[in-house]
Parts: sequence; structure tokens; C-alpha cells
Amino acid sequence: MKKLKTKKLVGYLLVSPYVVHFLVFIAFPVVFSLVLVFHRWNIIGPMEFVGFKNFVRLFHDRLFFRSLINTFIFLVIHIPLQIVVALFFAELLNQKLRFQGFFRAAYFLPVVVSGVVVTMLWQQLYGFDTGLLNRLLVKLGLQRVGWLTDPNIAMPSIALMATWKNVGLYIVLFLAGLQSVPPHYYEAAELEGASHWQKFRYITLPLINPTIFMVVVLSTIGGFSLFIEPYIMTGGGPLNSTLSAVLYIYKQGFFYYHMGYAATLGFFFAALIMLVVLIQKKFVEKEVA
Amino acid sequence: MKKLLYYLALILGAVVFVYPFFWMIMASLAPEAELGRLTLFPSSISLHSYQQVFSKIPVIRALLNSLLVSLSVTAGVLVFGSMIGFALSKLQFRGRNLIFYIIIFTMSLPFQITLIPQYILMVKFHWVDTYLALIVPYMINALGILMFRQYFMSIPQDLIDAAYIDGCNEFQILFRILWPNSLPALITVGIITFMTTWNEVLWPLIVIRKQDFMTMPQLIALFAVGGRAEGQLGAKLAAATLLALPIIIAYTFFQRYFIESMASSGMKE
Repeated sequence: MKKLKTKKLVGYLLVSPYVVHFLVFIAFPVVFSLVLVFHRWNIIGPMEFVGFKNFVRLFHDRLFFRSLINTFIFLVIHIPLQIVVALFFAELLNQKLRFQGFFRAAYFLPVVVSGVVVTMLWQQLYGFDTGLLNRLLVKLGLQRVGWLTDPNIAMPSIALMATWKNVGLYIVLFLAGLQSVPPHYYEAAELEGASHWQKFRYITLPLINPTIFMVVVLSTIGGFSLFIEPYIMTGGGPLNSTLSAVLYIYKQGFFYYHMGYAATLGFFFAALIMLVVLIQKKFVEKEVA
Repeated sequence: MKKLLYYLALILGAVVFVYPFFWMIMASLAPEAELGRLTLFPSSISLHSYQQVFSKIPVIRALLNSLLVSLSVTAGVLVFGSMIGFALSKLQFRGRNLIFYIIIFTMSLPFQITLIPQYILMVKFHWVDTYLALIVPYMINALGILMFRQYFMSIPQDLIDAAYIDGCNEFQILFRILWPNSLPALITVGIITFMTTWNEVLWPLIVIRKQDFMTMPQLIALFAVGGRAEGQLGAKLAAATLLALPIIIAYTFFQRYFIESMASSGMKE
């Protein structure tokens, strides 16, 4: 009996670091953010209660909406591109070919390298005069593209770069999904005379659907978390066309020290992410059934 | 014929994903004047770009900072994560499920909401411009706990009961019985934690302003945007290469572990 009691106590002892961590670094910040959204505060002076002023300001803030549109542009390009490219290479790797391990490792390389490195490297690739991409275009007899200087192209350029960085992870995940499809499914379908497309649509796709959902969710969160790419490459420009959600929070919080307003932005972006992910979940689950 | 086409596509893919890194390393070693037309190898090797980087920013200090921070965080996540994972998988106590659900919930909580309050917390703790701000908040994370919990559940209860009978206490069981039997979980959690901490840049930018405490990605990101590279592409690329090299070397030796770890953590989310 006594043994059982001490055992229970040990359980509490072992989880106590988590409880402390949760209370200090998660629960308190969440509660405090709910306080901050009703205040104006520059950290140094006293907090000033402003009621709903931060919310009013948010709904009239052009830059807030601009950052939402930018995130949307990013996601509309990033998510489909990611799925198509990852499926393409996963299918290729799934054909019983040699050097599979080498190719897999090569595609995965950008995933492990710091986003700072990738961004600095692509800043050069995207350079207008001497960047590798424009040099290639000129060689092919085409016009130079203002990858990072044209406001209509800058965000798509960042989406392309992010795809290049992340897609290796999804190639690996899709490959695992494809390899989990039992071969006799395809054999049976072939006997019934199913086409390549039908096999893909009715056997492969439903089975890798959880992976697709994961790509969609992780990319969405990634889109809303975009920071270092515009921070280094463009500073949010040209004409705020690459101002991301987190970059805007960062600017309000640590350039202008508008802690209350930055917390309001953070609160709304977080709520939006959770809402979007929830909707995606509903949508994808329906697709499966 | 079809196979040849497959190989061609695979090789093209490898070029697309690897060549930019190859170019970066070559360009960092090339004389500045050649950068605008370099495609493969420079005509001569020059360390000029690296000399510039080392003379302008304290790269070695930042490297040591990054190592200290990443190793401390990884050690914390392994010790605390396995402790908590052990309690949640093998011990009975009231509130166990509640804690489990809280952990699941925190995983879906976007960091955007806690970013500003956490910074204010650091200010109030007087942790700004100290290693504590970079280490302590990250020593426990939900993913680590859940991965250990899941792994420990697959370890037979008999093994643990036998250890109790031998008079082991819970800490001995954790570190002498569970750890040696959980190498895959330790490697997976270790690699993911080390890599994400090593590459983290937003949080250091927020809580560290003194150059002496900056991590390597932070220092080099600021070097790239802050104008200290004075628009010199060679120096920027040399700095980027220095930042990439430790991870690329580790990846070359342990690529299987990297890929499997990241893939299994991706599955969890």
C-alpha cells in the first residue's frame, strides 16, 4: 500500500517540470496576451488601458490585410506546387531503380540546412543582373525577371524558394505512403483493366490522403510563420508585397515597441491559423469518405 | 528507354537541389571579380571572402554560443522529455490524462500568440542578453515528450516490474533500463531538437541584442541585412557557407538518421 502511494508521488515528481514549464511559458503568456490586447504599452512606461482600440485599429490597418493577402498568395502557390513536386519525385523513387538512397538524400539536403543559408543563397540566385536564374534566362534568349524587385513576383519567388527548401521532407513522406500501398491492390485493378489515372485516383490517392492533409496543414502553418525569408531578402518590400504575418508582428513589437498592438496581431493570426487548420481538417476528412 | 527517362528526371532533380549549395561553396572561394560569371569552378582559390567575414564578425564566438545553446537544449529535452514520457506511459496517478491532453493541445497552439508575452517575460526575468533566454524556455517540448511516451509504451511492463523487484527506483529504471532500450527514440528526438535549435533565428533576434551572446544564424542573418557585408557578395556567401557546413557535415555522416527522424516527427504533427 505504501509502495503504491510513493509510486503515485513519483509520477507527480516526474511530471512536475512540465507543469512548471507549462504554467510559466505557455499558460501565463496566453493569459497575458489576453490582457495585452486591451492595452497600449511600450514596456518601459506604465500600461495604459485602451479598451477595444487595438481591435478597431487592426480592422482599419492596411498592412494587416496586406500581410494576410501576402500569406494567401504564398499558400496558393506553395501548397499545390509542394504536393505536385513531392508526388512526382516520390513516384519516381518508388520505381525500383538504383541509387534510390542517394537521390533521396540529395532531395532532402535543403530541409536540414538553416533557412538563413537558403535565403542568402537564393537572394543571389534571384539577383537581377548577375543572379544565376537571370543569367540562365538571358542565355536562353529570354528577358530578365525582377524576382525580388517586382511587387507582383516577389512573394511567388519566396513561395518557390520555400518549396525548394521543404519539398524533400514531403518526398520522403509520400514515398513512405506509396510504399505502404499493398501491391495486390494494383494487380487486382490491372486485371479489371484500370488505367494509370484510375489506379492513381482510386487506389493511391485515398491511401496517401493523410500525407496530403499533413502537407496542407504544415504548409499553412509555415506560411503564417514566414519570417526570416522576407526579413533577409526584402525587408517586407517591394511595396509591402512580401510583408508576412510574423514579420509584421516583429516590426510592431520590436521596431516600434507597440507591445499591445503586436500582441493583438499575434492573437488574431493565431486564431486564424487554428480556424484555417480546422476547416482544412473537415474538408480533407470529407474528401476521404 | 523508360528507365533512362526516369534516371534523367532523378538526376535533374538532384542537380536542382544540390547544385545551388555547390555553387555557394565555390563562389565563397572565388575571387570577388569572378562571381558574376561563375558557374562551376573558379579560376583560382581565394580565401579573401573568409578573411573578411572573420575580421568583421565574431564567427567563432557565435559558433561556440550556438553549440552551447543547442547542446544544452538537446540535453534538457532528452532528460525532461523521457522523464515526463515515462510518467505518462508507465506510472499511474490522477491527472495523468489531463496532462496528456494539455500537451496535445499546446502542440496545436500557434506560437504567434505567445511570442510577445514570452519576450516580456524574458524582460521581467532579466534574461534578455543571457543564455538563459535561449535555453530555458526550450528545454521541454511537447513533441519530445510524446515521442518518448509512445516509444516507452512499446517496452514490456515485465522489464520494469523486474527492476522494481530488484529494488530499483524510478530514476534508475528510467536511466538504466529505459534509456538503453530506447536508442531510436533518443536519436530521433536528439537530432530533431539539435537541428531546430541550431537553425532557430526568430527568438534569438528578439531576446539577444549583444553581439557576444548571438547565435550563429542570428549573427550571420544580421551580417547579411545589416550592411556590414557592405554589399560584398563573396563575404555573404562565405558567411552562409560557414553556417551551413556543420549541419552539412553531420548530415553527410548521419543522413539516414536525419531523414528518418524528421519523417517520423512530421508524421506526428
